[in-house]
Amino acid sequence: MLTGFFLKLKQAKVPVSIKEWLTLMEGMQKKVIGPSIDEFYFLSRTTLVKDEANFDKFDRAFAEHFKGVETLLGAEADIPIEWLLKQAELNLTPEEKALIESLGGWEKLMETLKKRLEEQKGRHQGGSKWIGTAGTSPFGAYGYNPEGVRIGQDRSRNRSAVKVWDQREYRNLDGDTELGTRNIKVALRRLRKFARDGAPEELDLDATIDKTARNAGYLDLHMRPERHNAVKVLLFLDIGGSMDDHVRLLEELFSAAKTEFKHLEYFYFHNCLYDFVWKDNRRRHAERTRTAEIMHKYGHDYKLVFVGDATMSPYEILQPGGSIEYHNEEAGAVWMRRMLDVYPRAVWLNPEPEQLWPYRQSIAVLREIMGGRMYPTTIEGLERAMRYLSK
Amino acid sequence: MRFKGSDTYVATDDLKLAVNAAITLQRPLLVKGEPGTGKTKLAEEVAQALGLPLLEWHIKSTTKAQQGLYEYDAVSRLRDSQLGDPRVHEISNYIVKGMLWQALTADTPVVLLIDEVDKADIEFPNDLLRELDRMEFFVYETRELVKAKHRPIVFITSNNEKELPDAFLRRCFFHYIRFPDKETMERIVDVHFPGIKKTLLREALEVFFEVREVPGLKKKPSTSELLDWLKLLLAEDIPPDALRSKDRKTIVPPLHGALLKNEQDVHLFERLVFMARQNR
Ligand SMILES: Nc1ncnc2c1ncn2[C@@H]1O[C@H](COP(=O)(O)OP(=O)(O)O)[C@@H](O)[C@H]1O
Ligand SMILES: [Mg+2]
Repeated sequence: MLTGFFLKLKQAKVPVSIKEWLTLMEGMQKKVIGPSIDEFYFLSRTTLVKDEANFDKFDRAFAEHFKGVETLLGAEADIPIEWLLKQAELNLTPEEKALIESLGGWEKLMETLKKRLEEQKGRHQGGSKWIGTAGTSPFGAYGYNPEGVRIGQDRSRNRSAVKVWDQREYRNLDGDTELGTRNIKVALRRLRKFARDGAPEELDLDATIDKTARNAGYLDLHMRPERHNAVKVLLFLDIGGSMDDHVRLLEELFSAAKTEFKHLEYFYFHNCLYDFVWKDNRRRHAERTRTAEIMHKYGHDYKLVFVGDATMSPYEILQPGGSIEYHNEEAGAVWMRRMLDVYPRAVWLNPEPEQLWPYRQSIAVLREIMGGRMYPTTIEGLERAMRYLSK
Repeated sequence: MRFKGSDTYVATDDLKLAVNAAITLQRPLLVKGEPGTGKTKLAEEVAQALGLPLLEWHIKSTTKAQQGLYEYDAVSRLRDSQLGDPRVHEISNYIVKGMLWQALTADTPVVLLIDEVDKADIEFPNDLLRELDRMEFFVYETRELVKAKHRPIVFITSNNEKELPDAFLRRCFFHYIRFPDKETMERIVDVHFPGIKKTLLREALEVFFEVREVPGLKKKPSTSELLDWLKLLLAEDIPPDALRSKDRKTIVPPLHGALLKNEQDVHLFERLVFMARQNR
């Protein structure tokens, strides 16, 4: 059963390793926790999950996996640790199997256990928490420590009716949810990681030699900040539509990371890229920058990031004159391709939910032009985009 | 050895469990959470509760892993040789022991705090992997193997500014301290101000959590700011009534400068209150 839990975590895309799994087993063997499923939850989380962004995935997988156990034993009961351990070993010995059979099979055994727990609850009214006595109960015979089975009624004063993992307290830390003010810091961290390379200080050999010589041969060390990161970005933001809020959020995100980039330039466009972009949205008609000029001015080592919902009539991309802003001589697709020829490292970030993409023709078209490099504006999507850009 | 919490620190059950897992299985505990959630304090508390010395290694952006082991001060040695100092013949005179070395060779087990690991370069945690795993390292200059007499209990804190490498994470236990909810915060305050009046505390916490919700703050007030603020409220003998209001958004709470330490935040906050008053 426990091995099943491991697989369930893998399935749920919680990045767990065998190494960590073995640590969990070690923790149980060394009795870090008592016979309680709550404690098992905490121990497995502290051992297996190293990023709070994955807590929610973990909670869901945990709930799903242990729901079965709960329906067997009742939500109030705690699970004996030896039983969990036994399950971890997965393969019962032939004798154990025979024993279970002789007791009426696994299902029957669990059924009896559950009944026992209920009787116990009735009898003891908040008194002793322990169930059964060794030797007389089939569980003892089976090798559980019967005293390991505990009814949780008075375990903790403020124990809530809802299980911790069912409360989904870490939902908004999940990387797959949309960017918002809560998780923007995490996103920023990913972005910084992309922007950074190199350690802050190195020996300035020339200055050291020079100063040492002037210092009558006595050593005089000089350090200098190491060359700062070399990442240069051109950011193109789709503005003037339903996506404004999302776009602004991403704009904020990038500007928060601005100091980390060597260069970061912004431009606005509407729906699709054509022969003009602009830098100040309020003066979009007065102050335009020619797209051709950008390609001329910024070297091809710049990386392109487009942000937009890519949702429009396909004509706006494919036809000359398709733009809703003005009459464009050449189709948006032509301008997009031109840009991508000059700047091979380019991504498109799309705030629309990824599930919607297949239903929008214009998204399909732009995605195709981008060579598939369109990513949702979730933390996870942002991360994939940055990973691509830093290649 | 088991950490059961303390009178001066509020530890949730899952935190205590993580600490004990780290102690029993002798692996580092990585503690993450926003500033002021008691990450640094935790190491102090555990050391005190277990009666062990605490060694603190505070990480800066320029800290290198090697500095935790030792540093060979070649520059001093070269200078000494140029000045004809006899110390120069003994290389160990120029070996400066780092925190990890001190932790490994202390007479009793110690608690070692590696504070704010995310300040350092991305490579920093990886550079410490081997040493944290094996609890030993080699000093090339003196050809000496430094080995743990006792494995230290290692706490590592992170403010979440930087991603940490997977290989490093796999070796640690992990605990994320969530920002305390009202109930937990009451318990924390109680630890610091045992006699505080319930009414004052309740009103103060209302205000505190409301201020935290103000959109656009550069630095939300944390536990430290709350404690500072309460200290002032108590010192000035501010009555609970002064914090109460039918429409709290229209008053600036007394001594709010203790909650908002950033000048821009103070301005923003005052402007919002002003606007709320206008729109009343
Ligand atoms: N759980 C707690 N119990 C008692 N005091 C706490 C707790 N959490 C925070 N504090 C108080 O808040 C202050 C800030 O804690 P600190 O450990 O410096 O935070 P961090 O290292 O996470 O930034 C400490 O001085 C401590 O008194
Ligand atoms: Mg700290």
